[in-house]
Amino acid sequence: MADNFNFELVSPERLLVSGSVSEVVIPATEGEMTVMAHHAPTMTTIKPGVVTVKFADGRKDRYVVFGGFADIVPTGCTLLAESAVPADEVKSDEITRRIEAARAELAHAKSDDQKFGIETYLAELTTLQGIVVPV
Amino acid sequence: MPSLKDLKNRIASVKATQKITKAMKMVAAAKLRRAQEAAEAARPYSQRMSAVLANIAQAVGQDDSAPRLMTGTGKDQVHLLVVCTAERGLCGGFNSQIARLARDHTRKLLASGKTVKIVCVGKKGFDILRREFASLIIDRVDLREVKRIGFTNADQVGRKVIGLFEQGEFDVCTLFYSEFKSVISQIPTALQLIPASAPAAVAETTGATAIYDYEPDAGAILGDLIPRNISVQIFRALLENVAGEMGAKMSAMDNATRNAGEMINKLTLNYNRQRQAQITKELIEIISGAEAL
Repeated sequence: MADNFNFELVSPERLLVSGSVSEVVIPATEGEMTVMAHHAPTMTTIKPGVVTVKFADGRKDRYVVFGGFADIVPTGCTLLAESAVPADEVKSDEITRRIEAARAELAHAKSDDQKFGIETYLAELTTLQGIVVPV
Repeated sequence: MPSLKDLKNRIASVKATQKITKAMKMVAAAKLRRAQEAAEAARPYSQRMSAVLANIAQAVGQDDSAPRLMTGTGKDQVHLLVVCTAERGLCGGFNSQIARLARDHTRKLLASGKTVKIVCVGKKGFDILRREFASLIIDRVDLREVKRIGFTNADQVGRKVIGLFEQGEFDVCTLFYSEFKSVISQIPTALQLIPASAPAAVAETTGATAIYDYEPDAGAILGDLIPRNISVQIFRALLENVAGEMGAKMSAMDNATRNAGEMINKLTLNYNRQRQAQITKELIEIISGAEAL
């Protein structure tokens, strides 16, 4: 049995999860990563995606996050999300709204760098929409 | 001397006012509780945020790679003041206190030859500051339509500020809001947003500086983090403001209700006295009429 560690999922509006978990899957910018106890101290930014939390008692929860970053230390992990919602409460129009906002931003983008950034974000959002919204 | 009828009308109108202030007090109390809960719920995020920021700022150190939002432009010629006030009045000295702090600050800056630009969040601050500094106000944000302040509202303001900074519109940004201490005490506060006052001192005292892996790298994370931190600070300020506004409104309305009560007592006494005087006068008239016969 794997060791447990403390995990906290915080959005600016509230604290969503705080408790002992055995593993957490985080959609980091450089690729998904699974965090378990005694992980090397890492700090990473997060792309829009799904966070899967496996609690100490075996229960599994999924949350949709829109960007943010994670602070991982051997004894715990804190995920600061710009916005986070439980996966089954996600409304598809919320994602659609963000996609539209990003598209509008893309139209105004000036430099190539900016365009690239927004396009990546847009691609991530579209993938997320594919995952979350049941067809 | 007002007539009996005038007094009666007066009493009725004060009673009506008292009812309104009482209702407003109760509404403010209910809203205050909600605002306090929201402020409390938002606290963990900003706490973690500053802890992480302190940590990472230390890692990046005084490198040249540190983003300009943190180091500033190196000048302090143009100041941007973001003044957050309430949208509505009837809350005692709440709005004017914040506005006064901002005004004093502006005067001081102007006297030392700096340029000042003001962004008003909330209608009341705009109304007050417009009288003196109409030409300095470059923008205002209206939150009147917003029922419950969400992070997106703060993020909008934050993006606006960052956008202005990137265009080189200002060098130093200060946020004015009211810190919620308790229901009866709100302290107007000025907080420097840009350049971010380095929270490095905190990290040194905790001593918990593990060697971190950074993905993608410390500079990139910091670049992502600092704009977010600005929005978070603004969000916190707005939430504190709402709580403070409701607290101030509650005590102001409580005072008003009490004053109305006192006034009703005084007017009623006056009314009774006058009625008595009139009766006495009528009696005297009757008696002296009878005696004359």
